[in-house]
Amino acid sequence: MQIYLPIAEISLNVILLLSIGGAVGLLSGMFGVGGGFLLTPILIFIGVPPAIAVATQANQVVGSSVSGLLAHWSRDNVDFKMGSVLLAGGFIGSTVGVVLFGVLRRIGQIDLVINLAYVILLTSVGALMLFESLRAILRMRWRAGMPRKLHQHTWVHGLPLKMRFRRSRLYISALLPLALGFMIGVLAAIMGVGGAFLLVPAMIYLLGMPTRIVVGTSLFQTIFVTANVTFLQAVQTHTVDVFLAFLLLIGGVIGAQIGGRIGARLPAEQLRVLLAILVLLLGISLASQLVRTPSEIYSLTPTGGNS
Amino acid sequence: VIVARRSISVGAWLSALLLCCTRAGAEVPLIADSSQPLVEINAGFVGTNVLVFGAKDGPGDVVIVVRGPIADYSVRRKRRIAGVWLNADRVDFQGVPSFYAVASSRPLDKVMTPAVRSREGVGIDHLEVAPAEQVDAAEGEAFTAALIRIKQHAGLFGSEVGPVRILADRLFRAEIHLPSNVPTGKYDVEVMLVRDDDVIAQTVYLEVSKSGLGADVYDFAHKQSAAYGLIAIFSALLAGWAAHLVFRKI
Repeated sequence: MQIYLPIAEISLNVILLLSIGGAVGLLSGMFGVGGGFLLTPILIFIGVPPAIAVATQANQVVGSSVSGLLAHWSRDNVDFKMGSVLLAGGFIGSTVGVVLFGVLRRIGQIDLVINLAYVILLTSVGALMLFESLRAILRMRWRAGMPRKLHQHTWVHGLPLKMRFRRSRLYISALLPLALGFMIGVLAAIMGVGGAFLLVPAMIYLLGMPTRIVVGTSLFQTIFVTANVTFLQAVQTHTVDVFLAFLLLIGGVIGAQIGGRIGARLPAEQLRVLLAILVLLLGISLASQLVRTPSEIYSLTPTGGNS
Repeated sequence: VIVARRSISVGAWLSALLLCCTRAGAEVPLIADSSQPLVEINAGFVGTNVLVFGAKDGPGDVVIVVRGPIADYSVRRKRRIAGVWLNADRVDFQGVPSFYAVASSRPLDKVMTPAVRSREGVGIDHLEVAPAEQVDAAEGEAFTAALIRIKQHAGLFGSEVGPVRILADRLFRAEIHLPSNVPTGKYDVEVMLVRDDDVIAQTVYLEVSKSGLGADVYDFAHKQSAAYGLIAIFSALLAGWAAHLVFRKI
């Protein structure tokens, strides 16, 4: 069953879109990641123009983050103050990102930048995850847990504009979450991802937030940042396809619920190795596309005219 | 669908016959029309065939040229820079037909001399496509060839000349295929009756437009983009919230 996507201006199979959303949702439910960084490359692969894939993806992330946030909120696992500071940075970052997106699109380099960003991200995150989970498996085998220092004092704590975050039990400079939010915002605009796979580790290791409230807080900021990206892309580049976003969302939320249930019963660390390998392979295959001599080195883009 | 198309084509033939018989030849040498003056792209659109038919007053070949609405394009060429292929060179083109197809009752070179084909713009090689700005001749040719190649690959420039069937030297019909990615706008279907170097032409117009929900969404997204963005966000929020409610119970 084909459906014509009015903004993407192509016909795609409904079942295919639902299953892609479902499969990525399944993975994201199993591993607790957003899945945006998997969805965009897959959409590009099935022929959705990269610019449309990214902007539509941002819209999809808004919806999938809401159900996640509500679950965490009901368990009181959200630091709204920290979330708001991250968000302030995220708003500025995503606005800058969308403007950058428009400029890159005009000079014809947006596809390259999206692809490059994904290559760098997928290979580095994949390698890190693989390394991290292999180490965790080895550590479990040896059962030799090194006692970690509860609080380390570094240059980070010397920054001005200190703020108290009660929920996170932190007293740190607001500049840090602001800068972090800014970077994630730029990524959200250019890649259409929520950025949780970067934000979550940064909140734990860089800010030193308790693990329990990290996911809920990052979801809180993700919703608003991706909503901002959706709005700005809709206004500036007209690249948000609500039909596509909705189909992916339906598949995604169902997949995520099932994935969450499966994930709870499976050995987490071994699964994480599998995901890491998957992510790494995706990154490498995208990289090879950039390096391999293309079959057609010319490309055609409409620039207007009286139609 | 097949039954419907059959009935349309039978009707078309009948009306063509009727036209032919009532207005006896000499006065009007060529009459042409299409089965579908309006092609609607709806949610299930996978491409369509438009029947172009008509009558002529005697012997002669029929050549049909379909031109889509003109548009401007940028053609970019990738180059390997630091190991990575990226868009490096660009040439702009203006006033290019977004769709182009030719059908003929006999091979084109038997119907028209190169001079006539060039004059009437019949065939891909006589399409007026040239860079909008001054570029090196060889470069211009390479980019023009690339534009045509990509358009052909997308099925928007016909790679081959389609058939026009002629019945009893009086009636003719041809099916023009419009693929699923067909550009929207006004199409000119130029029907030519060719006798030696003499060309009598009649143009039939065809409108391709988006219809139904998809068209409304497209219009809304472009004309009321802020409202569209807000609706996109709120429908996503609502869907996420609904999912939360549904799955909390299970």
